[in-house]
Amino acid sequence: MKSNLHMYVMAAPLLTAFLVNIFGRTRRKVIAPMVLGALGLSSLLAIVVLKRTLVSGDLSYTAGAWTPPWGIELLVDPLSALMLLLIAAVSFIATFAALPCVERDLQDRQHIFFTLYLILIAGLMGLVLTADAFNLYVMLEITSITTYGLIALGRGRAPLSSFNYIIMGSVAASFYLLGVGYLYLLTGTLNMADIARYLPALQGSAALSTALAFILIGLWIKMAFFPLHGWLPRAYTDAPDGAGVLIAPLMTKVTIYLMVRLMLTFQSPEFPLISMDVRTLVIWAASIGIVCASSLALAQRNLKQMLTYIIIAEVGYMVGGAWLANDQGMTGTLLHIVNDALMTLCLFLAAVAIAYRTGSLHFDNLKGLYRRMPWTMAFFTIGAFAMIGVPPTCGFYSKWYLLLGGIEAGQWEFVVALIFSSLVNAVLFFRIIELAYFGSLQDSEHHAHASAERHEAPWWILSPLALTAVLLIVVGLSTGPLVHNIIRLMIPVGF
Amino acid sequence: MTPIVSIWPLAAILVSLLGALPIILAHRQPNLRESWTILIALVKLMIVASLLPGVLQGSSYVFTIAQVIPGVPIELRVDALGMIFALVASSLWLFTSIYSIGYMRALDEHAQTRYYASFAVAISATLGVAFAGNLLTMYLFYEMLSLSTYPLVTHEQNAEARSSGRKYLTYILGTSIGLALPAMMITYSVAGTLDFTSGGILAGKASPELLALLLVLFLFGFAKAGLMPFHGWLPAAMVAPTPVSSFLHGVAVVKAGVFSIFRIIFDILGPETLQSADLGSLITYIASVTLLIASMVALTQDSLKRRLAYSTIGQLAYMVLGAGMLSATGMLGGVMHLAMHAFGKITLFFCAGAIYVASKKKNISQMDGLGRRMPITYLAFFLGSLSIIGMPPLGGFISKWNLLIGAVEGDQLVLVVVLLISSLLNAAYFFPIVYRGFFVPAADGEGDGIKEAPLFCLIPLSVTALVSLALFFYPDTLLKLARMALGI
Repeated sequence: MKSNLHMYVMAAPLLTAFLVNIFGRTRRKVIAPMVLGALGLSSLLAIVVLKRTLVSGDLSYTAGAWTPPWGIELLVDPLSALMLLLIAAVSFIATFAALPCVERDLQDRQHIFFTLYLILIAGLMGLVLTADAFNLYVMLEITSITTYGLIALGRGRAPLSSFNYIIMGSVAASFYLLGVGYLYLLTGTLNMADIARYLPALQGSAALSTALAFILIGLWIKMAFFPLHGWLPRAYTDAPDGAGVLIAPLMTKVTIYLMVRLMLTFQSPEFPLISMDVRTLVIWAASIGIVCASSLALAQRNLKQMLTYIIIAEVGYMVGGAWLANDQGMTGTLLHIVNDALMTLCLFLAAVAIAYRTGSLHFDNLKGLYRRMPWTMAFFTIGAFAMIGVPPTCGFYSKWYLLLGGIEAGQWEFVVALIFSSLVNAVLFFRIIELAYFGSLQDSEHHAHASAERHEAPWWILSPLALTAVLLIVVGLSTGPLVHNIIRLMIPVGF
Repeated sequence: MTPIVSIWPLAAILVSLLGALPIILAHRQPNLRESWTILIALVKLMIVASLLPGVLQGSSYVFTIAQVIPGVPIELRVDALGMIFALVASSLWLFTSIYSIGYMRALDEHAQTRYYASFAVAISATLGVAFAGNLLTMYLFYEMLSLSTYPLVTHEQNAEARSSGRKYLTYILGTSIGLALPAMMITYSVAGTLDFTSGGILAGKASPELLALLLVLFLFGFAKAGLMPFHGWLPAAMVAPTPVSSFLHGVAVVKAGVFSIFRIIFDILGPETLQSADLGSLITYIASVTLLIASMVALTQDSLKRRLAYSTIGQLAYMVLGAGMLSATGMLGGVMHLAMHAFGKITLFFCAGAIYVASKKKNISQMDGLGRRMPITYLAFFLGSLSIIGMPPLGGFISKWNLLIGAVEGDQLVLVVVLLISSLLNAAYFFPIVYRGFFVPAADGEGDGIKEAPLFCLIPLSVTALVSLALFFYPDTLLKLARMALGI
């Protein structure tokens, strides 16, 4: 069906970005209502789009009325509508916490920050919407460049981390672009659905394999798939708090979604694009990645840095699940994209809340936090349980599907890696819970900690944190409808 | 009979989960806070009791909370086996709440609000385990129980509590994630369902090798049952305040483990399926080893609570042993022992706490002559230990008698010998305590001024001791429930 509704979801933050830059320059007070208004509108529209796709099928919009395959098409089906809603909702929630952090960290550069911030969100939405392989590259670059800028706004080593990311990100973009170039030479088109129609005729060609390999490597670097993850920990740790809460939950997840989307578009049961050997190889890589990243997380002494390694391990979950190439694994991956975005958001919000009050996230600084910030820690605990995979939080159910997929595919190394990582997560988070619960043992001879007074995070950070923690449980309990009504629809029969 | 859709099972779980809120809100008014606790405990017991007549007539109550995975909703179902556990847990929680008031106030413990709130969450999780309608739901509440009891185990917040807390989580979470979860996933992918069905869901679907693997994973995966070598958390957890040890480590937590194993043997793997794969002996051997070693270790413990902890490990193995016999009488004995041991062991723990409150003594070697100063406590202790040993006229006799008959009927001479030796060992580690209390005079000047613990402590422990006695004369309801649960 023709519609331009989903275009507005993306247009709202994009246009507001420029308005924020113009008006926010002189009057800082207008920034918060403008940003929140735009993202709130986006979220509402995204809900409408999701409902509409569920009722009347895919919605399509062609830019400049050029018909595909020549024109650029913005296409939304139930799955991308779900992703759109996820991006809109996560960024809306994250913005509440970003506002006070930015106000404190970047007083006279707030308008710059939020310009980049909104363009990044629009770029992420564009990635999900576009049906054109080259347009995808453009969106990928928009998100990357804005992210470089946001990270470089941080303190200390941030510019260096950002530079590191620029190099890796540019390498990735080149790989992706080369791959798309090959595909264009082979098929003469850039529209993804159109490309997919030509592919069966090209099966077995070395050029096609090269093209796909380049595209995949490009995406793998962008999503920080082990061992191509080197840029991520420092970049996410050094980013300003306001940017971290947005980038960490969304960037890697959206890139994984792109990989899944390409796999679903290009592959069909009659036409297995990728041989069994390659599949097994990738699953092994994912399993090793999960184990290594989890082990590296154990070595960290800083909460945020630990979380970044967990993100890398989770990327392994999702890549592995998608490459299992069965129903359960693919369901697990798609479900985990949603769940992991929310879990990461919850934990990063908690980290931001703690950093806002205590100034540092080093483990030594977390002692006695249950007494000082009881609500923040309560929500952090829920996020931690979700990450470990304790039911009824959502983290359990996606892990369930991933494990089931691994068992059905007979890929036991993946099953073992997942369970290992769950156990490591339990250790990681209980180490923090223990620190925060026991405080320093020297002065606990008398049970009262008179020195540690209660100093809860500000409402602007605490309320989105509370909302996310509740969402973790609500989404977990509505796993059945979510999988049944949206995710399963999008996985071709016999995949 | 067809299941009846009813909200009451959910209400029974929620009443204490939501009840944690008023408990927290009343943190400045201890009297109000404890009134809430008692009120919630009473309401909970009433709800559970109101479901009893229906269950006795053979109906079951179901309630679906959420659809999560195809064929496996989060679902509650009240049947006879769940009813036994729920009745025991919710009635003993009431006594524990009363006892807690006496114990915590007498010792002027810190963070009492956290204590009562965590307790309320823990009992919700316990009832959830009892009322779970399928394995996934049971796993969910099992994990909730593990996590909600962590603040209780580490209540003291000192170095010892911290290391015990670590041990507790490592054993309990490590096994449930590392062993029980994969076993559950494999079961689901083989059977396509996780519903508790009497006779099991794997009949004809799994090879004997797979069955053996699943059995071992489940037996050790539910480490709350304390089967060796995954028993180490229980003695360590004794660092908790005594009401926690008595209720959680005498009743709720450990029985949740045994109850889970019952569900696995009766309703997931299925006794007949296990019988035909000849796996009963595997269970009984694992249980026998645990039983004998734990009883012998109990002999060597001087700390009263640690001795009770090892005794618990041994008694839990009795229950698993009974289930592993896979014969009607044996299984009946196992199920009955779950209830009988609960009343006996909680009495013993209550007494240990009362002794500590009254005299600050933890070690058996210091307890000479105490029985003359605390006659009621010691009498209750004597009754409780008789029940655990399995002597008439106490409830424990009924379950142990059934276990013995089951072993004889099954021609399993080894088990008969194990049971007899173990009963002797039980007597050997309990009687000296009572003997010292009454007949060994205290050293000069020792024990002056020691008198019975506060009434809040004394009344619950007397009542539970008397219930142990009463269960010998009136075991009919429990027996009927147990027979219904086993379909005999």
